[in-house]
Amino acid sequence: MIPGDFNMEQTKVLKISNNLGLHARAAGKIVALANQYESKLFLKKDADEVDGSSILSILTLSCPKGTEVEVKIVGEDSEAFMESLTELFSNKFGEEQ
Amino acid sequence: MTVRSNESKDTMQGIPVSPGIIVGKAHLVDRSRVKILYQYLIDEKQVAGEVERFENAIRATDEQIKILKNRVPEHVKEHSFILDSHLMILKDSMLRDSTIRRIEEEKINAEWALKKSFHEIRKIFAQIDDEYISNRIQDVENVSERILRNLSGEMVESLAEIRERVIIVAHDLSPADTTELNISKVMGFITDVGGQTSHTAIMAQALEIPAVVGLESATARIADRDLLIVDGSTGEVIINPDDADIIHYQEKELQHEKYKSSIARISHLPAETPDGYRIAIKANIEFLEEVAAVRDHGAEGIGLYRTEFLYLRSKVLPTEEELFNDYKEVAEIMNPDPVTIRTLDLGGDKFASHIEIANEMNPAMGLRAIRLCLKEPGLFRTQLRAILRASTFGHVQLMFPMISGVQEVIEAKEILTRIKGELDSEEILYDENIPVGVMIEIPSAVTISDLLTKHVDFFSIGTNDLIQYALAIDRVNEHVAYMYQPFHPAILRMIRQVVLEGKKAGIKVSLCGEMAGDPLCIPILLGLGLDELSLNARSIPLVKTIVRAIPLEQARYDFEQVLQLNTAMEVRDYLLKRMKKMIPELGEKGFFPT
Repeated sequence: MIPGDFNMEQTKVLKISNNLGLHARAAGKIVALANQYESKLFLKKDADEVDGSSILSILTLSCPKGTEVEVKIVGEDSEAFMESLTELFSNKFGEEQ
Repeated sequence: MTVRSNESKDTMQGIPVSPGIIVGKAHLVDRSRVKILYQYLIDEKQVAGEVERFENAIRATDEQIKILKNRVPEHVKEHSFILDSHLMILKDSMLRDSTIRRIEEEKINAEWALKKSFHEIRKIFAQIDDEYISNRIQDVENVSERILRNLSGEMVESLAEIRERVIIVAHDLSPADTTELNISKVMGFITDVGGQTSHTAIMAQALEIPAVVGLESATARIADRDLLIVDGSTGEVIINPDDADIIHYQEKELQHEKYKSSIARISHLPAETPDGYRIAIKANIEFLEEVAAVRDHGAEGIGLYRTEFLYLRSKVLPTEEELFNDYKEVAEIMNPDPVTIRTLDLGGDKFASHIEIANEMNPAMGLRAIRLCLKEPGLFRTQLRAILRASTFGHVQLMFPMISGVQEVIEAKEILTRIKGELDSEEILYDENIPVGVMIEIPSAVTISDLLTKHVDFFSIGTNDLIQYALAIDRVNEHVAYMYQPFHPAILRMIRQVVLEGKKAGIKVSLCGEMAGDPLCIPILLGLGLDELSLNARSIPLVKTIVRAIPLEQARYDFEQVLQLNTAMEVRDYLLKRMKKMIPELGEKGFFPT
C-alpha cells in the first residue's frame, strides 16, 4: 500500500430521509451522480451490497424512509464524490423542502 | 416464416363478435409481444460479432429513447424522468453486462441471452415487498422489448399513428392498444385469438364496428394493405376479394343496415310472444353515459350495472360522494324502471394498484368480487353506502357477484344491515326494502340454488363466467377458446335448474350474459321460462323482434327437444335450422352464421 492510499476509500452510513424512500427517481439521481465520478460506489443494506451505478441493483435493496445505508466509495475522487452524495441524501434527493 | 398471400384471393372463418360488413385495407399490427425468439447456439468465432450486434442494438435504442425524450414538452417533466430511467436501465449492469456475459459464456444468441437476463431480473424484482418498486419491472420489460425490436430490425409501431381508415389485423389487442387507437380511423378489427367475451369483442361492440376474432392465422395470411372484406355477422373474412365479392357484400351490408333500422323503430314495443307471454328485456351497462342509448333501444330497465369503471378510471379509489352521484343519476334517469347495481367485481386480472393483490397464478379463481369485498370491509362499505343512498332516487336493486355459497350471502347481508343502521343513526334516507339478489355464475351456486333462494330476492345468471367455470375453459386462452360453448348440454341443464328453483321459491330469475344477446339462444331462453334477459343495448331491437315472432309453446317444445341432444354442436345446428325456418328474413339479412 502506498502512502495516502487510505483516501482512496471512503465509508459512511447515510440515512434515507425523504418520504418516498429510495424509489426509481432517487435511485436515478444516485446513478447520475456516480456517472460523474471515476470512483466506484457501493451501497450496502443488511447483508446485501450492490453496485451504486446500477439503478436496478439499487432498487432491489428496497429502502423505505428511515433506512440506513452503508456507503462505500473506492477511487481517486472518492472524497469529493462522498461529499456530493452526502449532500444529495441530506437534501432528500431534492424532493421535499 | 409463413408465406404471405400476395394478391391471391383467400377466405378465412373466425368467430363473429360484432356484426356489420366492411370492405377496406388491412393494417397489420405486429404486437405479438416479441414472442418466441429465434434461439440458437453460436460458436466461439461468432461471440464477438454477437456481442457487437447486441451493443449496436443498445446504441440504437439509446438514440430512439433520446429522440422520444426530446419530443416531451418542457412542462411534462414526469414523463421525461421515466425516459431518463429507461436510459439508465439500458446500460445497467444487471441487463447489459449480464447479457454480454451470457453470450460469451453460454454461447447463445443475443435475443436469447437478453431474454434470460430479463427473466433473472424479473425473478429478483418479484421478491421485493414494495409494490411500487417491484412494478418497475415494467420499465425493464419496456426497455428489453425495445432492444429486441432493434435486434430484429423491427420498428416499434404506435397505433396512435394510423392516418387513414383501415381494418386492424392483429394477433391480439390489449386494453392499452385499444385506448391508444385513433378510433375514427378504425373500420373494424380482426384478430388471431379471442372469443365472444374477449376485450376486442367488447370494444368493437361498444363502438358498433364489425369484428371477427379467433381467426388463428390472420396475421400470417394477411399482408399489410391487402384488401379485405370482413363480415362481422358470419365471421367470414375474404382476403383480396374480386369485384363480384365486393358488390355482393356491399349489397348484403345495405340490406343488413336497412333491416336494423326497421327493427330499431319498433323496439319500444314490449317483448311479447304471439301467444301473450311477456319477458322483460333490460340492458347491461358499464358507464353512466350509456343510459341514453339504453332508453333509445327500448330497454325496460338496467339488469346489470357493472360498477368497475369508476374504480379503474384513476389511480385513486373513488369516494362515496362520487359513487353516490353516479348511481343516483342512473337511478333518476331510469326511474321508474329498475336499476340493478352489481357490487364490485374486481380482482383477478382487472384490478388496479390501490389494493395489494398477490400475484395470482389463476386470477379467475382468486381473490376477487365478493371475496375481495368481504376481505376489504372499507372498500365494500363505501360502495354499499353509496348504493343505499342512491336507492331513494329511483328503483334500485342490489346484487352480489361471484357467490359460491350461502355463507357469503349471510356475511354480505350482515354488512348491509350494519350499514343501514349507520345510515339510520345519521338520519340519511334509503330504501329499506331494497331488493337483494345474487349472481349465479359459479357451478356450486347452481347446485345449491334451492338453499340460496331463502336468502335473496332474485337471481341473475351470469353465463359468461358460469360457462368458463363449469366447462373449465379459460376463454382468453386461444388453444381452448373454441370449447367455450353456451350450448353445451351441461350449461342448459344448469340454467334450467336455477330457473326451476327460482320458480319454486317464487323469486325472479334473470339472465345477463352474452347468451341473452345471441339470436340463436332466444328460443331456448324463452322456453326455459326466464323472467328477464339483460343484454347490450344495441342487441335489444333484434332480441325483441325474435321474441315477438316465437310462440311460447313453440319455444318450450324446442327447449324440450334440445335437452335430448348430446353435444353443443347438435344443439346449435338444431336451433339454427329452427330459426331459419321460423324467421327466414333474419337469415337472409345476415344475422345468423351461414
